[in-house]
Amino acid sequence: MSSPVESLVNKEYKYGFVTDIEADEAPMGLSEDIVRLISAKKGEPEWLLDWRLKAYRGWLKMSEPHNWPNIKYEPVNYQALRYYSAPKTKTPLGSLDDVDPKLLETYQKLGIPLTEQKLLAGVAVDAIFDSVSVGTTYKAKLAEAGVIFCSFGEAVREHPELVRKYLGSVVPASDNFFAALNAAVFSDGSFVFVPKGVRCPMELSTYFRINAADTGQFERTLIVAEEGASVSYLEGCTAPKRDENQLHAAVVELVALDDATIKYSTVQNWYAGDAQGKGGIYNFVTKRGKCIGVSSKISWTQVETGSAITWKYPSVILQGDNSVGEFYSVAVVNGMQQADTGTKMIHLGKNTRSTIVSKGISAGQGQNSYRGLVKVLPKAAGARNYTQCDSMLIGNRCGAHTFPYIDVQNSTASVEHEASTSKIGEDQIFYLKQRGLNTENAISMIVNGFCKEVFKELPMEFAVEAQKLLGVSLEGSVG
Amino acid sequence: MLEIRGLRASAGGKEILKGIDLTVNAGEIHAVMGPNGSGKSTLAQVLAGHPAYEVTAGEVLYEGNDLLDMDPEVRAQAGIFLAFQYPVEIPGISNAYFLRAAYNEIRKSKGLEEVDSMDFLDLLEQKLQLVEWGPEIMSRAVNSGFSGGEKKRNEILQMAVLEPRLAILDETDSGLDIDALRIVASGVNALRKPDNAIIIVTHYQRLLNYIVPDRVHVLSAGRIVRSGGKDLALELEARGYEWLEQEVGAAS
Repeated sequence: MSSPVESLVNKEYKYGFVTDIEADEAPMGLSEDIVRLISAKKGEPEWLLDWRLKAYRGWLKMSEPHNWPNIKYEPVNYQALRYYSAPKTKTPLGSLDDVDPKLLETYQKLGIPLTEQKLLAGVAVDAIFDSVSVGTTYKAKLAEAGVIFCSFGEAVREHPELVRKYLGSVVPASDNFFAALNAAVFSDGSFVFVPKGVRCPMELSTYFRINAADTGQFERTLIVAEEGASVSYLEGCTAPKRDENQLHAAVVELVALDDATIKYSTVQNWYAGDAQGKGGIYNFVTKRGKCIGVSSKISWTQVETGSAITWKYPSVILQGDNSVGEFYSVAVVNGMQQADTGTKMIHLGKNTRSTIVSKGISAGQGQNSYRGLVKVLPKAAGARNYTQCDSMLIGNRCGAHTFPYIDVQNSTASVEHEASTSKIGEDQIFYLKQRGLNTENAISMIVNGFCKEVFKELPMEFAVEAQKLLGVSLEGSVG
Repeated sequence: MLEIRGLRASAGGKEILKGIDLTVNAGEIHAVMGPNGSGKSTLAQVLAGHPAYEVTAGEVLYEGNDLLDMDPEVRAQAGIFLAFQYPVEIPGISNAYFLRAAYNEIRKSKGLEEVDSMDFLDLLEQKLQLVEWGPEIMSRAVNSGFSGGEKKRNEILQMAVLEPRLAILDETDSGLDIDALRIVASGVNALRKPDNAIIIVTHYQRLLNYIVPDRVHVLSAGRIVRSGGKDLALELEARGYEWLEQEVGAAS
């Protein structure tokens, strides 16, 4: 049977426009001087510059990981990149009262209105444009509840003691090649602090936009939830269509103290490159949470549909007794996209529990790898893990790969792993078509059903968006 | 309503239908019978537009239009419904969501407004009675973990909701116990209206005890070798397919 589940045309990327705005840019290339320049531009204290320089010197001795991830690309030329680019505006950035109309228009086009009247109800947004935060909404309202939500730069200025205490406490500057690079040159990001006993009254969200050409985006997000606090945070990302690959190397650190809960959701829609694999974002991201306190909980949910290459493993260190780690992931590759993504659950405390649900969807010539580590250390008596890892293939030229690592050093632990691979068949599509649905709607329905367990973990406002996004990413994947 | 002329079709290069002529008028029920491998299911699949089959000759007119030129979803929207012999599972999608999506696609194609989930539930309620099911079934994922009988019943439920003009039942009776058979039959009989037509593809006569056909056709090796009234089915039941095949063989 000749299968029409083969031809591939990538859907036009809706967010591929460029904002024409003058920028304050650092010169090309990376050196100690560039690190000093970034730090100076941000008016940072001495200790932070030292931290950056130490990271930079460490990074010089490291090499880009090419051996173990199941991804192929030419080594990045780090001297051909720009490490700082900020839109030049008449008024200082950071205040939403008087933002450059061009920036407002950009976020409007992205569906993220920043003007007060049109704000998304119940969601506070920090808007990051290239290397800097354009502004943060609902800051005052959050402050009333005692919640700090601001750009990283502002946090360094206004709350240096908190930043200094937690920066690098989960992802040290020496953690890996990309984390070290980020530590040296990170320019902005979001900072969240939820004090003891406070439930954050609204969803927090950061919207990342890469605009400038040949510029890397290196943001850093730090979220701290004190005893009994809880917060739900979501990030979204888009970039213009460019023929060159662009580097995005972010670091996210989450800290949960006793009985605290952090829910971190990502809807990643960076430009994926064209159908021939030209252009697109290299998404090399280190995300890790630490359940320091007893009965704390950190939950990652990610919907990864964009980027030419995705390399990320949102992980949880389960240090506090009875703490809980979760990872819910949908990763879609189409065209020539490659993804090597998964999680690490490190069980240190007693009766710690973790759940991993990974749904990989491969279409076109995409290559999708799940890589996961479940590690139970000797003191983690009664630790439990449940892993479910499902792959779906659309067409005959894509690939799904699974690399689960399990390391159990305590005999009272229980670790379960379930995996499945399925193929969207002609028969499934035909069945839905025979009921009146067209091919795209049929595939969208099958795929959404496949991802249901993950989508139900997303905040309500974004679940619908994620479903639509999935439809768009796979549009044209079947002829 | 349906006019099939000289239809030939093959799958994987092998010819299965070798010239089918069949006319079905509104208000009629036709039974297509025949031994395994005679091409019964292929005929059903070709009428619904399954991409695995290639039509090599002949034509099919549905309400005066060239059916073979229509995409499967267009055929569905135009009122053709196939009750599958092996209904497909769609994990994670509830029966209610799926059925409403299908119902709305068909409404949209007619320029009608989509119905919301509340109105749809009202509609479902009566249809569920037809197949003697409670509402619980609607929150289960489409055919996921359904028994063979439940899957067939679900096909009849879908048919009852979508109210097709031409329903094709592909061995809906196979593997059903007597109660399920009765439920399937009552669903089909409820659809029997002067404007509708039904084609029942079956190996056995027993479903025809509950649904009385106007015409019975016997398929053998890709051709209709005999057509007759409802008595033909009884004769087949009594004498098997072999006598007919021998008779046909002797004649040619």
